[in-house]
Amino acid sequence: MPIITLSDLECDYINARSCCSKLNKWVVPEVIGHAVVTVLMLISLHWFIFLLNLPVATWNIYRYIMVPSGNMGVFDPTEIHNRGQLKSHMKEAMIKLGFHLLCFFMYLYSMILALIND
Amino acid sequence: MAQPAGAPTGQQPYSNGPVQNQLMHSPDGQGYSPAVPGSYSHQMPAKVPPHQSSGQYSYSGSQNVSQLNNYQGPGQTLNRPPVAAFSGSPVQQPGPVPQGLLPVLQNSAAVSSAGSFPPGASPPVLSNWQYSQPPVSQPLGAQTSPLAGVPGTGSAQPPSSLPGSTNPAGSYQYAASPGAPLLQNSYMKPGSAPPPVTQPLTPLHPPRPPLGPPPVGGSPRPSTAVAGPPSAQFLQKSAANQEGDAMPAASDGSVVQNSYDAIEGGGLMAAPHYSPAAPNLKMNRSVGYSYPALPPGYQHTSPPGAPGMNASALQYPDGSKHFHQPAMGTNHLTASMGGLSLQQEGLRPVNLLQERNILPTTLLKAPVPNLHEDIQKLNCNPELFRCTLTNIPQTQALLNKAKLPLGLLLHPFKDLSQLPVVTSSIIVRCRSCRTYINPFVSFLDQRRWKCNLCYRVNDVPEEFLYNPVTRVYGEPHKRPEVQNATIEFMAPSEYMLRPPQPPVYLFVFDVSHNAIETGYLDTVCQTLLDNLDSLPGNTRTKIGFITFDSTIHFYGLQEGLSQPQMLIVSDIEDVFIPMPENLLVNLNENKELIQDLLKTLPQMFTKSLETQSALGPALQAAFKLMSPTGGRITVFQTQLPSVGMGALKSREEPNQRATAKDIHLTPSTDFYKKLALDCSGQQVAVDLFLLSGQYSDLASLGCISRYSAGSVYYYQSYHRKHNPVQVEKLQKELKRYLTRKIGFEAVMRIRCTKGLSIHTFHGNFFVRSTDLLSLPNVNPDAGYAVQMSVEESLTDMQVVSFQSALLYTSSKGERRIRVHTMCLPVVTTLSDVYLGADVQAITGLLANMAVDRSVSATLSDARDALVNAVIDSLAAYRSSVLSIQQPGLTAPYSLRLFPLYILALLKQKAFQTGTNTRLDERIFTMCQVKNQPLVYLMLMTHPSLYKVDNLTDEVMFLWIGKNCGQGFITQVLGVPNYGSIPQNMTHLPELETAESIRTRAFISWLREQRPFFPILYIIKDESPLKSSFLQNMIEDRTESALSYYEFLLHIQQQVNK
Repeated sequence: MPIITLSDLECDYINARSCCSKLNKWVVPEVIGHAVVTVLMLISLHWFIFLLNLPVATWNIYRYIMVPSGNMGVFDPTEIHNRGQLKSHMKEAMIKLGFHLLCFFMYLYSMILALIND
Repeated sequence: MAQPAGAPTGQQPYSNGPVQNQLMHSPDGQGYSPAVPGSYSHQMPAKVPPHQSSGQYSYSGSQNVSQLNNYQGPGQTLNRPPVAAFSGSPVQQPGPVPQGLLPVLQNSAAVSSAGSFPPGASPPVLSNWQYSQPPVSQPLGAQTSPLAGVPGTGSAQPPSSLPGSTNPAGSYQYAASPGAPLLQNSYMKPGSAPPPVTQPLTPLHPPRPPLGPPPVGGSPRPSTAVAGPPSAQFLQKSAANQEGDAMPAASDGSVVQNSYDAIEGGGLMAAPHYSPAAPNLKMNRSVGYSYPALPPGYQHTSPPGAPGMNASALQYPDGSKHFHQPAMGTNHLTASMGGLSLQQEGLRPVNLLQERNILPTTLLKAPVPNLHEDIQKLNCNPELFRCTLTNIPQTQALLNKAKLPLGLLLHPFKDLSQLPVVTSSIIVRCRSCRTYINPFVSFLDQRRWKCNLCYRVNDVPEEFLYNPVTRVYGEPHKRPEVQNATIEFMAPSEYMLRPPQPPVYLFVFDVSHNAIETGYLDTVCQTLLDNLDSLPGNTRTKIGFITFDSTIHFYGLQEGLSQPQMLIVSDIEDVFIPMPENLLVNLNENKELIQDLLKTLPQMFTKSLETQSALGPALQAAFKLMSPTGGRITVFQTQLPSVGMGALKSREEPNQRATAKDIHLTPSTDFYKKLALDCSGQQVAVDLFLLSGQYSDLASLGCISRYSAGSVYYYQSYHRKHNPVQVEKLQKELKRYLTRKIGFEAVMRIRCTKGLSIHTFHGNFFVRSTDLLSLPNVNPDAGYAVQMSVEESLTDMQVVSFQSALLYTSSKGERRIRVHTMCLPVVTTLSDVYLGADVQAITGLLANMAVDRSVSATLSDARDALVNAVIDSLAAYRSSVLSIQQPGLTAPYSLRLFPLYILALLKQKAFQTGTNTRLDERIFTMCQVKNQPLVYLMLMTHPSLYKVDNLTDEVMFLWIGKNCGQGFITQVLGVPNYGSIPQNMTHLPELETAESIRTRAFISWLREQRPFFPILYIIKDESPLKSSFLQNMIEDRTESALSYYEFLLHIQQQVNK
């Protein structure tokens, strides 16, 4: 989803303001969701998956916390076009996409494995 | 070099000849002969050189000056007399030089012309051209001209009375080999030519005395009337050199003048070109012995119409500039020698530790890109559009190697004295990248043109074939669009999303107790009242007023009311607008009511005890009121907003100012930023006037202007009684603010040739999409900067182009597009990149980057980054360009001022350390760095120091040394002796003495040069303001900062590591 929005921005289909407000809406749910999943993995003692999730969850939280006080969220419309921010956001979104795909298959595998074991 | 057909045997034609820099010039230009303009096809056949070859040698004695201008209107270019050939670019005149030794009889006129450029002109920066003259010598020569005049060549003298003639073969002649030793003596050997003035009468110019009193009489003054020794000395320099070239000094003074202008490049035509004699004489009179430092053009006391533009034109007459060297007590000799370097020596390494006096004696000019002269002639004025590297590196790798930033600095809405405006049914643009047709496109044939940005081939529309200027059909390449790099189009309706908006002005005043206390309302209302008729606008102009303390007050001004009706809204949590239709009213129809209101407003709140300030809600109300139309909101605020949305808390801790970390440069809330973006979306700009004694968190408040493309003004400790100079400053600046041009609902797009891309923007605006800047208002005092990178390598490209297009609605309700196009050569070697470095632009861009860095990281990071920028670039230069490693700190000639400028930046309020800068002041300076055009930024960073009185910008300081001449004190300051000069004197008394009149005229001239109003402080040795003055002595040591020499040593250490 972020990829689509960001590439829209890159191609001038939408303006920075609406793009950023769209994206910023999802930052908090993402942080919370990911943190919850990570904690659940820890509780259920799935160490491997927990360790896999941990860096990403940490990064999400870090990114959220490190937003400068005057900015309008992780994605700031006034700065997104500066200093290659758009590109780095794009890169980050790509990496996350890969990560989530990986996770998806891993969870699927684990689920099937769990079902079989039952 | 190719020999043009028409050239006299054996010599370079100076007029149209390709006078390229041999090293750098692209081959295309070479084959070009003046007679066949079209022949060089790939370079830019689009424009035929307006001048034909025929005129080459015919200089009449008369001044052709006017055509010199590179940028002006179509008429100008087109009508250029043949002579223009000389004027177009500096290169031309020097043409003969390379061959230097040829007998140049028939050319004499031309030659001489080069010789005698009027002073002041010297483009020290022309480093690209091999033959430009050393700035120093040249001015002198010119000056002296009257005297020396005639020497060798009586016959040649033009009938015209211009004295300028003498400096026979201009100083540029020294074809000295690059390696030539810098000693002045080396040039002195008398040449074969009729030794004109050469006798070195006097010894070198004495080193400039430190800030003392103006040298009385004895020291060289720029007088022309008598062959002053000083002049002679310089002359000798130039003369001698040129003699080497065996130029028969023929001289035609008049020609000289003209050509000079051309060189200056900035000499936008119109400036009245006096014969040299006149100005000089006049100058003498006015300058007198003791004021050698008057700026050029001083004598034109009348306000230059368009400050910036004329300024350049005004410069020539004055030799005096020569003294304006900030470096105190430095050695004059070296300075002049520094200037002597040949063009080829643009690359000449300068050992900064040895050559200390490197400042040019005149205003530093932008380097001239190394383009074919015909292209260069059409290129955009560097004051409008400037690139940090006038030679664009071919690849990103090369750029990285040079360690210099690549970027553009723009001043797109600058007041121009002449601007071609095209009213045409069609606006020809590239179909794929939407570039406007410009002088740098190429016409493949009559019906097709090739875009110079994306290389798409487009059709020429039928209408475009007809040239409205010459009324000829079938000459698309002669239309004004293709002849002017700066042009304005009247936009048809496709360029409007809605009908053009009327000018709408809304004033929002803080009327809390604190505000009333400062008494600013009187000043503002009075100024507004005085300028109500000169607000830019038309019959549709609308105006409105809001005041606020802890509540918001609206003023109903509808027709039919006998007096303004005040409406108070106390619900500041959810602001609503009562009677929106009556709050913004037509200015013309309701003028009396408005005047009434302005007269009563200052008295209305005198009893107010309300101390709270609800700025946030007031801004929201203003935004709601304005959003249907768009326009300009002017906010006056005197304290920290304390209630409602956007309330702020004080964050400054004075004790911690010293520790450069932990200072609050970032906004504390995003309220103002969001509101600014809302405003931007509705085409509303907010301008903030902050008049505050205490900390007001400009970092947060400033966002409202920054993202809505407004401007910020800051008057520290404004008070009607305690601080009268600030009152005057406010008055003057407000007047300028109210009456300057304004463009509404504007957008600006900056395009560049495929392969380059813009990655960062600096200035006040909101970047709406990748390259579209949203500017709800645009004003002539705003500058912008962008950083670029080379995305794809620019192989096979000779040149790249940049185009900025500003679409705006004028105050008359017309939709207009102002387009600037600049063309620069591409180079492949590192040394060429250094050759074309524009040190001022680089400094300006680095300052912008440093502001960003200090906001996103810390101030000390930013300072380090600035220092590293110098170290890295000089280290890169040392390791990859210099073949012989010499001891010392070497810099390319083009960057010789780089360390100095960076040091100046470090000492500037925005980046300095130490406790004496208040946070708001620092942030205000940062805002200015971001928002000011380069010219003013450089003035702010590296102020000019004039001898008569030492004036810096922003604030002017008149320094009265203890040992100041008694005469000056009584005649100018109007007090009997040094001891009785009052401690805080800020005005010069209006005395009837010649000195007084002269000094005051000089100061007002300086003030007219800039859009802000500098306060004049007269400072004595023991004054408390002494430190502020010394702060501007960049090269000196202060408590917390290094002196220039120490800084150089530091850099040297780092570079050699």
